[in-house]
Order: sequence, then C-alpha cells, then structure tokens
Amino acid sequence: MITREPVYTDAPATAWEGLWRMVLMGLADVGRLGVLTMQALAGIPAMLFSRRQRREWVRQMYQMGIKSLPIISVVGMFTGMILGLQVGLELRRFNQEIYIGPAVMVSMLREMGPFMSALILAACVGSSMAAQIGTMTVNDEIAALEIMSIDPVRFLMTPRMAAMVVMTPLLSFYTCVLGVIGGGIVGLTQLNVAWDKYMTMAMDFARMRDLYVGLFKAMVFGIIITGVSCYEGFTTRQGAVGVGQATRRSVITSFLLVLVVGYIITRMFYDL
Amino acid sequence: MIRFDHVTKQLGGRNVLDDLSCDINKGEIFAIVGPSGTGKSVTLKHMVRLLTPTSGAVWVGDVEMSAVNGDELARARERFGYLFQGGALLGWMTVAENIALPLRERTRMTEDEIEERVMQVLSAVGMEQDGDKYPSEISGGMQKRAGLARAIIREPEIVLYDEPTSGLDPVTARTIDQLIRRLNEELGITSVVVTHDLQGALLIADRIAMLTGGRFVEVSPPKTFVATDQPDVRKFLDAQFISKKGLEGF
Repeated sequence: MITREPVYTDAPATAWEGLWRMVLMGLADVGRLGVLTMQALAGIPAMLFSRRQRREWVRQMYQMGIKSLPIISVVGMFTGMILGLQVGLELRRFNQEIYIGPAVMVSMLREMGPFMSALILAACVGSSMAAQIGTMTVNDEIAALEIMSIDPVRFLMTPRMAAMVVMTPLLSFYTCVLGVIGGGIVGLTQLNVAWDKYMTMAMDFARMRDLYVGLFKAMVFGIIITGVSCYEGFTTRQGAVGVGQATRRSVITSFLLVLVVGYIITRMFYDL
Repeated sequence: MIRFDHVTKQLGGRNVLDDLSCDINKGEIFAIVGPSGTGKSVTLKHMVRLLTPTSGAVWVGDVEMSAVNGDELARARERFGYLFQGGALLGWMTVAENIALPLRERTRMTEDEIEERVMQVLSAVGMEQDGDKYPSEISGGMQKRAGLARAIIREPEIVLYDEPTSGLDPVTARTIDQLIRRLNEELGITSVVVTHDLQGALLIADRIAMLTGGRFVEVSPPKTFVATDQPDVRKFLDAQFISKKGLEGF
C-alpha cells in the first residue's frame, strides 16, 4: 500500500542530529524503494495474462523504446566515434591503431552501451515517468485508483517496469552496434584502418560473455530507473513544485545508482 | 453505517481531529461543514483509510476501516464511491474509459455490458454526448459530474463527496446538489458531503455537522442547524448571510 500520511519532523537540535536523521530517512527510502520495485516485478507474470495490461505493456515499450531511438542513435554513434578517436590517437603513437576495433567493441559491450543508454533513459523516460505519476499523485488520481480498489503499482508501474526490462537491453545492444560503427568510421576516415580489418579484429576480441554481462547490466539499470522514477512519483508532495522536485530527484538518484551498481556488476563478473 | 469512535488524528504536532465521535446513518445525506483547514477532508479520508487515526477507530458497518489491510481493505473500499475535488479523472483516458475503469479492472463484465452501464451513468449525470471527450476538453463542472459517474458506476453503498461544488458557478453547483439528492433518493446511497457551500448543504442534507477544533460542535437537521445559538455555527452562518430562518430569504 502506498501511504499518503504526511511526514512532519521538528527541526533537528544539532547538526549531528540532522545528519543522523538524514541517514535514517535515506535508509527508509531505500527500503521502501526496494519493496515497491519488488512488488512491480512480482506483478509481471500476472500482467502477461491480462489482455489490457499486455496492451499497456506494448504501448509503454513503444513510448520508451521506439521514441528514444533518435537520441540513442546520435549518442551511440558519437560515443563510438569519441572512443575510436581517443583510443586511436594513443595507439597510433605505437603504430597499433589497428586495435581500435577491439577497444571500441569491448568498451561498448561491457560499459558504454549499457551506461549511455541508461543515462538517456533516466533523463528522457525516467523523468517523464516521475513527472506523470507525480502529477497523478498530487491530483488525487492515485488515491482515486486506490479507492476503486485498483492497485496503482500493478496498474501503472508493472507495465512500465516490464517495458524497461525488455527495452533497456535492446536499446543497449543498439547503442553498441552504432558505437562500433561510429568507431569504424573514425578508424576508416582518420586513422586509415580498413573497415574489414577493423571489424575482423573487433569480432575476434569480443566475447559472448561481454555481451551477456552488458545486457544483464542494462536490464538491471532499467529496473533501477523505473523503480526510482515511480517511487519518486508516488511519493510526490506539494503540487507543481513537488512534481518538479520529484522529477529532478528521480534523474539524479537514477544516475548515481546506475554508476554505483554498474561498478558492482563489473566487479562481480570481471576478476582483477 | 459509519461510526467514528473517539478518533484523534495528529498531523505536525497538532490534533486535526480531536476525540471525534459520530454516527452516520444508512441512507442519509450527511454534510460536514466548517472553515478551511479544520479537517473536513481529513475526516473523509479516514472513512476510506487514505489516512489512519492516531488513536480511536473508524467503523463502516462491522468492518474496522482503521485496522484492515490488503485484500480486506480492497473489499471494504468497494462499498465506497469517492468524488474528489478536481474529479481525479485519468488524463490519458476518455470520460467513458475513466468511468468504465472500475468495471474493467474489478469485475468480469463483458465489454457490451460495460458499455451499456457506462451509458446509463453518463445519462444519469447528463453527459450522454461527452463520453468520447478527454478530461482536458471538458469544464470543471463536467469533470465533477464525470467523477461522480465513475464514483457510482459500481452502485456503491456509500458515496463520499469532497467539495463537490467548489469552484463552480451557482447554477452548476445547484445542478450537482440536485444530482446528489436524486442519487440518494433513487439508489438509497448513503452520502457524506464535505463542503463550504452551506446553502447547498441546507438544501440537500438530512443532517449537517459543523467541524471546529477537531470536533463536531453541532450535528443536527438543517432547520435545527440554522436556528442554533452555538457561537461557531452562528458565526459561520452569519458569514454566509443565512439567518435563523434559513434560506427563506433566497
């Protein structure tokens, strides 16, 4: 149940008390975010059996995925081009520019693909989710759903969560493909690395594990972005100002969690 | 039907409801009036457990609303319809889709049955021609009527109205009042109306309660209510130019 009880706290007596309270409230937020995320994920199997929910899932996939394609395309392509250029310039000092293919491919698959697509989705899709649900909260629409005995988590969050679980890995893969193409274009036009050699080297060095870990990472990022954005939306207070704050917090928190969790997953799958 | 049993609600160190007790009878229209910020909407939200009392209990029939959770709470809430101040319609759905939502999500009715029922309630609120419009395309008064249609589509036993006439012109406000009265008479719905509009309350309510300082200082039928000497009620009535003779001058 989403609680609507207003939270009132007295001003802290000392700075330490204020800091301690912030830590406790932060931990409580993390706990509630975790519970909400698990509730949304647990609702996915039931969603698949409901025709209306499936339709909403597809609509969300279109909204989140297909509508993000233009920006993802530009970011993916230029990320690969920047990577190719920076790495190529260094490798050229050792006459090893032929290795830009593996460098771009591995960087994109392992890190940059999931990371860049997550950042874009947090900024575009996550903020929009937080703003939409936040507006619904301050307009009593969420309360209206609860009174109609319609679970807002199942009704609003689960289709979004399912859509992000599917679309983030797909968009991440798409970003990787465009990044590798971008790196190849830089190699061909500025470092005199032939296209076929670039691709052959890139494919030789890439491992399936890199792809799987990257896609898994992207899926986790999708869950984080949806969880954070919906949580911020459901806990919005104080009208339009509150909606703005919730949107800002959803983007900042998603960015930070994507960075931290990205490191943890990398550390889990790649030993030093 | 609805019983507040020594309910206290503390918000920000202040007792918004302070040992509030009252009984609302089945089938009556019970109006809650009072100045802004005295806890009228808070009282209403306790009835459907959008808020939980700090102490005391809220009973609806034999269900203690302040203690139920999960599926039991969902079942208990199915007895209610709730009209929010702004209508609380979902912006991306048409009026008809909004009204059909509780049926689609909570019943096994076929699409034909749902469509027929939606037309019935649209007709009851005088919006037969507006089902295909989006909430942003209709006026505030129509949004409230659409909200009311959604509130009654599952034929609830109790309908709660949160400021049903606020922000409306006097003609539309009286139309909404008549609608509340008609629904009460035709369907036998128990209605709880939170309002600033004392004239409307005097016209439709069976009993009026004045909420001040977290308690009901007066609960009585309209005629007794306007004749009372209770100072808070008198002040409130005077501010709306209502004499001890009630609305006779209007």
